[in-house]
Amino acid sequence: MTTAAPVRRVVIVGASAAGLTAAEALRREGFEGAVTLVGEEHHLPYDRPPLSKQILTGAWPVERAALRRPSDLDALGLDLRLGSRAVRLSPASRTVTLADGAELGYDALIVATGVRPRRLAGHTAPGVHVLRTLEDARRMRERLGAGRRLVVIGAGFLGSEVAAAARSLGASVTVVETAPLPLARVVGDRVGAHLAQLHRDHGVDLRTGVRVGEIVAHGGQVGGVTLTDGTVLPADDVLVAIGSEPNTDWLGGSGLDLADGVVCDQHLTAGPGVYAAGDVARWHHPLFGATLRVEHRTNAAEQGIAAARALLAPERARPFAPVPYFWSDQHGVRIQAFGHLRDHDEAQVVEGAPAEGRFLVAYRTGRRLTGALAVAMPPKALHPWRAAIAAETDWRTLPTAPLPA
Amino acid sequence: MHVEVDQPKCVASGQCVLMAPDVFDQDDDGIVELLTDRPGPGHRDGVREAAAVCPAAAIRLEEE
Repeated sequence: MTTAAPVRRVVIVGASAAGLTAAEALRREGFEGAVTLVGEEHHLPYDRPPLSKQILTGAWPVERAALRRPSDLDALGLDLRLGSRAVRLSPASRTVTLADGAELGYDALIVATGVRPRRLAGHTAPGVHVLRTLEDARRMRERLGAGRRLVVIGAGFLGSEVAAAARSLGASVTVVETAPLPLARVVGDRVGAHLAQLHRDHGVDLRTGVRVGEIVAHGGQVGGVTLTDGTVLPADDVLVAIGSEPNTDWLGGSGLDLADGVVCDQHLTAGPGVYAAGDVARWHHPLFGATLRVEHRTNAAEQGIAAARALLAPERARPFAPVPYFWSDQHGVRIQAFGHLRDHDEAQVVEGAPAEGRFLVAYRTGRRLTGALAVAMPPKALHPWRAAIAAETDWRTLPTAPLPA
Repeated sequence: MHVEVDQPKCVASGQCVLMAPDVFDQDDDGIVELLTDRPGPGHRDGVREAAAVCPAAAIRLEEE
């Protein structure tokens, strides 16, 4: 890389966890130039994991989802552009154009525009929901409760958490899933079967191996969901939880590589002066030898920090190689995992027992330990496994007994 | 530096313990416990990193 001009103006597009954390990291590293943080939503930066948990159940007031106090945000000295959508990137002139026509020049840009929920085409009747924003959660919360019937399409993490939250509010809940088991491609059949049983133990009507025909509306209000086998599932509300798509439309024509996300190198560089972080970023992960796009909360923060550091000191940047982490709360049970579990070759219970409701599973991909997941185990039990994943441990050298802490 | 933790917000990820093990610990449920609310100079960078990556935004710092 040629010697870069000093960075005086940074624009960050996306004001959620990745974008905010990047802005904070710039200041923490001593950057005193201009930082413009652009967010499409009108709210101050807030956290999304509670939306399908405490915000949906009403256990927390919405203010508790704020990522930072207003005074902490003020202290960062940002040019905060909320309610502003970026519509175009012009790399040649290093300019981001906003929906209102404003043009933001930058020396360095961080793209942190996240993802949006995939929808079923043509379904917009009241009572048909997706869950990504605070408004989505508020809208659902107003409608869920005892006597209400919710159908959740998709038994992924989001669908499962919403099903659990809705059950705790007394709603009747049916979850429909095309795969034979929930989440099996990520967590494996054993854990998937456990999660299925957990739903059923808590009164969720889980229908797996079925396909949705259509969402039925009567008089402009959702009435139910039909399955392709002819089954009709009556519903007052339907949540469509069938995955996400990266928000890269605004980058069309920019010349960036947009193959399912903003494609970056190991240092999160997507183009000259352009970096990406969070759910939208796809990068080559040296630890797993694969190109990943990770939609987990911890990755958003870690990647925001890494992008900020790479931007300030490209010559010192190290490959971004974290051990990914996620958690999920379902029916009062916490699931936690480290590593890259998806498309694993083998999964083994290595501590506890599914029958007891508490266990730890190790995952093999190729010859190596690549992941570990705990159901209702003390969280510290996972730490030695995290270290073993980071150390690229050969599967055959794993002890059959628990790793020493 | 003064550190505060919001235990009801904590999601037990343990990221803070990985980054600043002399300042943060976890109980049996994984919930954060502060070992000191005034970390010494050698621990402060780790504490800042822990606050930044905490997936529950449950760690708050006052720089003094």
